[in-house]
Amino acid sequence: MSVETRTFWQRLTGQGRVRSESAKPDAQDRPMITLRPPVEIAPDDPLVAYFLSNPGSVEVNRLNMDSPALRALKEEGVQMAVPLVSQGELIGLLSLGPRLSEQEYSTDDRRLLDNLAAQAAPALRVAQLARQQQAAAAERERIEQELRVARVIQQTLLPKQVPDIPAWRLEAFWQPARAVGGDFYDFIALPDGRLCIIVADVTDKGIPAALVMASARSVLRSAAEGYPSPGQILARANDLLCPDMPPKMFVTCLCVVLDAHTGHCLVANAGHNLPILRNAGGAVELRATGMPLGLMPGMVYEEVEADIAPGERLVLYSDGIVEAHSPQREMFGFGRLQELVGAHHGGALIEHLLADLAGFTGPEWEQEDDVTFLLIKRLGTKNKKSQLADRPDARIIAAFQVDSAPGNERMAMLRIAESLVELNLETRAVDRIKTAVAEATMNAMEHGNQYDPDKPVQIEAAVIGDKLVVHITDEGNNGPAITNVTPDLDLKLAGQQTARGWGLFLIQNMVDELNIIDGEHEHTLELVIHLQGGSDGNTAV
Amino acid sequence: MVTQQFEAHVRQEPSGVIIDLVGQIDSQAEEALNTAYAEADATAKQVIVLNFSAVEYINSTGIALVVGLLAQARKAHRELRVFGLSDHYMEIFRITRLADFMSIHQDEAGALAS
Repeated sequence: MSVETRTFWQRLTGQGRVRSESAKPDAQDRPMITLRPPVEIAPDDPLVAYFLSNPGSVEVNRLNMDSPALRALKEEGVQMAVPLVSQGELIGLLSLGPRLSEQEYSTDDRRLLDNLAAQAAPALRVAQLARQQQAAAAERERIEQELRVARVIQQTLLPKQVPDIPAWRLEAFWQPARAVGGDFYDFIALPDGRLCIIVADVTDKGIPAALVMASARSVLRSAAEGYPSPGQILARANDLLCPDMPPKMFVTCLCVVLDAHTGHCLVANAGHNLPILRNAGGAVELRATGMPLGLMPGMVYEEVEADIAPGERLVLYSDGIVEAHSPQREMFGFGRLQELVGAHHGGALIEHLLADLAGFTGPEWEQEDDVTFLLIKRLGTKNKKSQLADRPDARIIAAFQVDSAPGNERMAMLRIAESLVELNLETRAVDRIKTAVAEATMNAMEHGNQYDPDKPVQIEAAVIGDKLVVHITDEGNNGPAITNVTPDLDLKLAGQQTARGWGLFLIQNMVDELNIIDGEHEHTLELVIHLQGGSDGNTAV
Repeated sequence: MVTQQFEAHVRQEPSGVIIDLVGQIDSQAEEALNTAYAEADATAKQVIVLNFSAVEYINSTGIALVVGLLAQARKAHRELRVFGLSDHYMEIFRITRLADFMSIHQDEAGALAS
């Protein structure tokens, strides 16, 4: 068949334009096959409409319309064109030059070409769809890979743990959005012993945000080493970031410098959400303002100061929570957050906020942005007075707190044992005091404070005359579990009494006196051990 | 506070089955302790021995767990013996009267001797 003399193969590109390709000339003694450069057919070219309304082969030279594609086909010497139509869409074109015999295409030739086109069109369509799917899958994988990289960068740069500061509890919560926002936070120990706390949010998402985050974190750390105040730290960081900040990107940042000994803190703000201080007066915003980092150099950042008293807390957060939407497209908002912080008492504030957020957004919520919280809580009860220090002749040998968490009674036990070293007590006496303190601490954590992480147990020990007096104080309303039921092993083994209930019994048997002191908002177990000639061998050597 | 995970391992000897206890006996020990006891119980040995040599801390919850094991043993007419208790915990076993129901021995040989 003479159509072999010159062949053009046309196809639609993914962008909806039709192109033709050709094969190279073959050996001299074989029919010559020529592949020509592709001919583009724009979707709005009238030739497309013509082919769709006139399926079947057509002699190109007989067509007459104002069509760039038709002109191109004629210039390429195409004589016969057979549209490849699938599901009402022109997906390609078989285009052929003159027959080698220089005769006209016969009716049989055209029938054969039409049959060929009818079979080739669906096959080509399937091939095109497969290729499109492959390309889409590759693109999705590329985006996922980018997100993974961005998430790894972000996670790598976040602190592995929060600082452990006596009498303070710091908590951090960070939940990245699927698209990986630019939230980060940091804790930087300053040379003068204070702590610099950062929470920041980079505009944009994915790898660009992660890279700017890495840069901002380094710059803030460097600035914190040289400058003692949050305003200066932000001003310096801003000047360092400005020259290299990509267009349309910036960093909002809140910087708090905390003196953990006094509770005094200084706050400076570069366009970030205002922190919320929860104190006796409710929840108040610390209103410091300033331009985001990286927009323009030479900025000045005002500072506000605040004192965090025992029992009070400071909440820093990113806009992932306040800008979260409900199914009705309402925004969570600053007011709701402030109300929640103000109304919440006791521990687990972050869990409380997250539970409220989950209720607000509903189960189908796709998190739009990173959600970050930092909680800075000063432990202890306000104006709590030491009862032992007021007693005449009392020599305090230990005063500390332990958080109410299972297992922490051992911490109390070991701390009290350290303080007993100077008294040179016999091993047996020390063991008895350790057990009594551990059991009293467990009682305070479990029954008094109900394992509320915001309620520590206060432990004080003093030598008063020839006695060692230990106070274990909780902050609960329930008081220690004082029961008059003496554990009876016979009854317990017979199943007529719970197997538990040994704590107070053990304490009573380990010390010389056990007193219970009830305060308005606290309960104290007072353990008294006679140091000289005690009935149970608490003899100093 | 970082603490060692409690472990309990069961091994059989000709005259009894021994449960080696390692770590602290508190509320965290409950599952491992009961699992080990069930394993020892399944051996049908008359004597079950608790080895406290590697136990550094027992609190009141731990005492309650031991009471629970003792109750099970008595129900099944098994004899529960212990060894390896420190002087302090031996005193606590006396105060709580656990010592009235479980014979306390210095070492494994003493505990296994009939």
